[in-house]
Amino acid sequence: MTVSTGPIKLACRGVWKLFGDHAARVLAETGGAPDDAALRGAGVIGAVRDATLDVHEGEIFIIMGLSGSGKSTLVRCLSRLIEPTAGEVLFEGRDLLKADERELMDIRRHKMGMVFQHFALLPHLSVLGNVAFPLEIQGVGRATRESRAAEMIELVGLKGREDYYPRELSGGQQQRVGIARSLAVGPDIWFLDEPFSALDPLIRREMQDEFLRLQSVLKKTIVFITHDFDEAIRLADRIAIMKDGAIIQTGTPEEVVTRPATPYVAEFTRDVPRAKVVSAGVLARPGSAGPVRVPAAARIGEVAARVFDEEQPVGVDGEDGASVGVLHRQDVLDILLGREPRR
Amino acid sequence: MTAATLEVTRPRRRPLGSAPLWLAAALLAAVSTVLSDRLPAWAVEYPRAWRLPIEPWISAAMKWLINDATFGLFTFQEFTRSISWLFNWLLEAAYGLLAQGFTFGKGEDALHIPHVSWIALIVVLVFFARRVGGRGLALFVAFCFLYLAVFGQWSSAMVTLASIVISVPFGVLAGLLVGIAAYRNAWVEKAVTPLLDLMQTVPVFAYLVPILFLFGFGPVAAMIATMIYAAPPMVRLTVLALRGVPEEIKEYGRMAGCSRHQHMWKVLVPAAKSGLLVGLNQVVMLSLNMVIIASMIGAGGLGFDVLHALRRLAIGEGLEAGIAITLLAIALDRLSQAAATRPPPAHGSVRDGSWLARNRLAVGALVLLLVSMAAGALVPAIAAYPEPWTVTTGKFWDEVVAWLNINLFDTITIVKTWLLVNLMLPVKEFMLALPWPVLLGLLAFAGWRLGGWRLALLPVALGAFILLTGNWEKAMITVYLCGLSVVIAAAIGIPLGIWAAGNRRRTGGTLAVIDTLQTLPSFVYLIPVIMLFSVGDFSAMIAVVAFALAPAVRYTVHGLNQVPEHLVEAGRAQGCSRRQMLWKIRMPLALPEIMLGINQTIMMALSMLVITALVGTRDLGQEVFTALAKADTGKGIVAGLCVAFIAITADRLIQAWSRRRKAQLGVA
Ligand SMILES: Nc1ncnc2c1ncn2[C@@H]1O[C@H](COP(=O)(O)OP(=O)(O)O)[C@@H](O)[C@H]1O
Ligand SMILES: [Mg+2]
Repeated sequence: MTVSTGPIKLACRGVWKLFGDHAARVLAETGGAPDDAALRGAGVIGAVRDATLDVHEGEIFIIMGLSGSGKSTLVRCLSRLIEPTAGEVLFEGRDLLKADERELMDIRRHKMGMVFQHFALLPHLSVLGNVAFPLEIQGVGRATRESRAAEMIELVGLKGREDYYPRELSGGQQQRVGIARSLAVGPDIWFLDEPFSALDPLIRREMQDEFLRLQSVLKKTIVFITHDFDEAIRLADRIAIMKDGAIIQTGTPEEVVTRPATPYVAEFTRDVPRAKVVSAGVLARPGSAGPVRVPAAARIGEVAARVFDEEQPVGVDGEDGASVGVLHRQDVLDILLGREPRR
Repeated sequence: MTAATLEVTRPRRRPLGSAPLWLAAALLAAVSTVLSDRLPAWAVEYPRAWRLPIEPWISAAMKWLINDATFGLFTFQEFTRSISWLFNWLLEAAYGLLAQGFTFGKGEDALHIPHVSWIALIVVLVFFARRVGGRGLALFVAFCFLYLAVFGQWSSAMVTLASIVISVPFGVLAGLLVGIAAYRNAWVEKAVTPLLDLMQTVPVFAYLVPILFLFGFGPVAAMIATMIYAAPPMVRLTVLALRGVPEEIKEYGRMAGCSRHQHMWKVLVPAAKSGLLVGLNQVVMLSLNMVIIASMIGAGGLGFDVLHALRRLAIGEGLEAGIAITLLAIALDRLSQAAATRPPPAHGSVRDGSWLARNRLAVGALVLLLVSMAAGALVPAIAAYPEPWTVTTGKFWDEVVAWLNINLFDTITIVKTWLLVNLMLPVKEFMLALPWPVLLGLLAFAGWRLGGWRLALLPVALGAFILLTGNWEKAMITVYLCGLSVVIAAAIGIPLGIWAAGNRRRTGGTLAVIDTLQTLPSFVYLIPVIMLFSVGDFSAMIAVVAFALAPAVRYTVHGLNQVPEHLVEAGRAQGCSRRQMLWKIRMPLALPEIMLGINQTIMMALSMLVITALVGTRDLGQEVFTALAKADTGKGIVAGLCVAFIAITADRLIQAWSRRRKAQLGVA
């Protein structure tokens, strides 16, 4: 996919975060790579271990893992809300960990936005006040910031609620405020830490759609945390899967589902409908196609009906428009039945 | 069977180790007391020759501070004088506005502008009450302030109120700033915490002595004492409230790119607002308590009226002023509580627009008050409630007292004498005869059993101070009075608490009464006691019991109600009767909490005991009190510290016990 090959916006290399009294010492004594036993022996919690990842401009990068696997800690290392014990974080090519207080403040004011699991709205400010807050911090004048905030509120569909207070809104509405607020400064990178986990399943679904709609307009670089694999599959351009503080696999949803790196990942992906992740390009085989053509990036679930409705085989177009092959009914059927694709 | 189940089935070790050891300790105390005349004389009475002249040292240091100390640019005395000058100025302004009015010019053609009209003030207060707490509160506030007017307490109450109006903002601000510093910096917190502990256990009078010395007799000294007394809880509550702000909100503040300053004032403080307002309520109530007590060093107002009346044994007058204090206290408490617990704003309730439009109510109130001053100049009845219309019940109360004395005197005397002879005197004699090495040894033993050698050392070190300063005997009288009062308070309070915990309605009702009792300044408790029992140890004890009862009840209720539901259900499933349920399940589990209540009771008893020095006790309180009268700083501080040390010893031992017991019961 194109977005995952663009320039790298944010990266981290060998990031460790250990909680405990002698965190730095433990790391030094073990040559920078303590194992479980060393950590336990020192009474130190390895919340993030040797995490390395690249986030490309314009992609939705999802960090997925069970509760306690270190996702929040990792994302806070990436935004430097938490000081990593070791490693480097590169934002637009420069080492974020070397930035001084002033620079960091500047970067956060203009280039970063963050959405929190429990919304983190300021209870004493109205919706308008909350959304305008990051601009107020920057010293933007009242009129300017309020008109900008109003725009954002409209963008997330809360027009008319400007003078409501957080406690008067439902969870979903509060998170919309959180989203509007994090977008108000037009950030280059957008962190979302389990933004929809505190919401009811129905609302969650609605918010995911809303999120995709926003992203199709805004094209931000996004680091999105979730513990919900289905959510990850739905939203991700790429997924990193975490377990016990370590990233155990990074890849597109399709790669993760079809080629799990460990049994642990396989366990996650077992119930994921293959048709939702496998793309036409993967199944395409040489052959001559009829008039109907689908893009290589399309999911099998989206094109299956056409494959069976058409008399002639359906063709697949690559990103450059050239044909990469045709879809065979048997292959599509296998996917729909949840079997692994035959190669 | 696994090791874990074996653990459980093995009979449990007695909670605090060997009961025989404790028994032996108690026996030792008894025997040593009985045989005290066989012991060497130094063990029974700490020899005079072994004392250290700590009091004169402190006095000398204070003298040096006043006479010679200098900060380079200015001397210490100049420093205190400028503080005096500032507060004096502020107080004068507040008195002028609320109580005295302003006079410009001299002699014949002086222009006098009266103080704020009583009518206007009531209107504004009632309106405010209506907004923050609804109609009920508005009616109550109206009632309280009308009482002040009708019963002729208005001007004294306004003097008291003026002190509070000035001292509360300073107390709150000082507490807030220190609290913020402690929140930000672990070192500051480490330094401030023990200081706060000490400040909250040193009896109030002890504050007055050095302040009297530094700032002289008068309202300014009284107000500074008030601020110092009222600020510590604000510090604690500020730290708590800031800590309590959800982590995500703190993180958001940083992600938004707030500077440290913005983070504190635009994120943390507003988000912690409700906790901080609880602090405000505390400061208001403590200030009121202290302003009343500080009448002894020259704060006028209602406290002075009570003091003055008590000194002349004019009970009726004292009672009337006492009721005025009570009503003022409850009104201020309810108002500040309503303001603290007021729900956050809803949409549409906050106006946009200019500053004037957004604050039009406050501006309106201000204008009304100022206009009322002008109106008062024309029509005196608008300024002050007309004298002829005032009612006094002083006579009535005097008659009640006279009647009581005639009709109940014998009964009261019999009860009083019986208790004195059979309970109070024996305990007093026991405490005085108890050799000091034995008592210290026992305390050290208890400390060692409960918390190791550090806790063993604490009572010894603190006790040594009391011995070295030659206050042992007075301290023992304090311990005896306090101890007896606490036992009686527990004997009344715990059963009352058990009863109140019986059902929700009783709990609610009882706690409401207790809350109200606790808002009353300690001074007020003396009035009915003197009225009924005149002066002496007995009266002191009754006042202390009445004042210190509340926590015994409250913690019992709380302890019983917080017993985990599944344990109660387990008991029910095993067929426990109500009695068994209470005594076998709920009480043992609630006991650590109840002990914390007793701990609170001890703290309150000690603080009240010092105030009862007014009714003529012979303990450390009296020592502080006489030091106050003579402005003897050394003596006052030392005696105050002695009381604080008794409090700290009791507090640490009981806390350690309660913690251990809770851990053993798994209800921590
Ligand atoms: N401030 C902290 N101190 C000690 N341990 C922490 C702290 N924050 C997180 N942890 C631990 O680090 C691990 C990862 O936590 P977290 O990043 O919150 O996980 P996730 O967001 O994936 O649920 C957990 O075991 C957690 O208990
Ligand atoms: Mg998390």
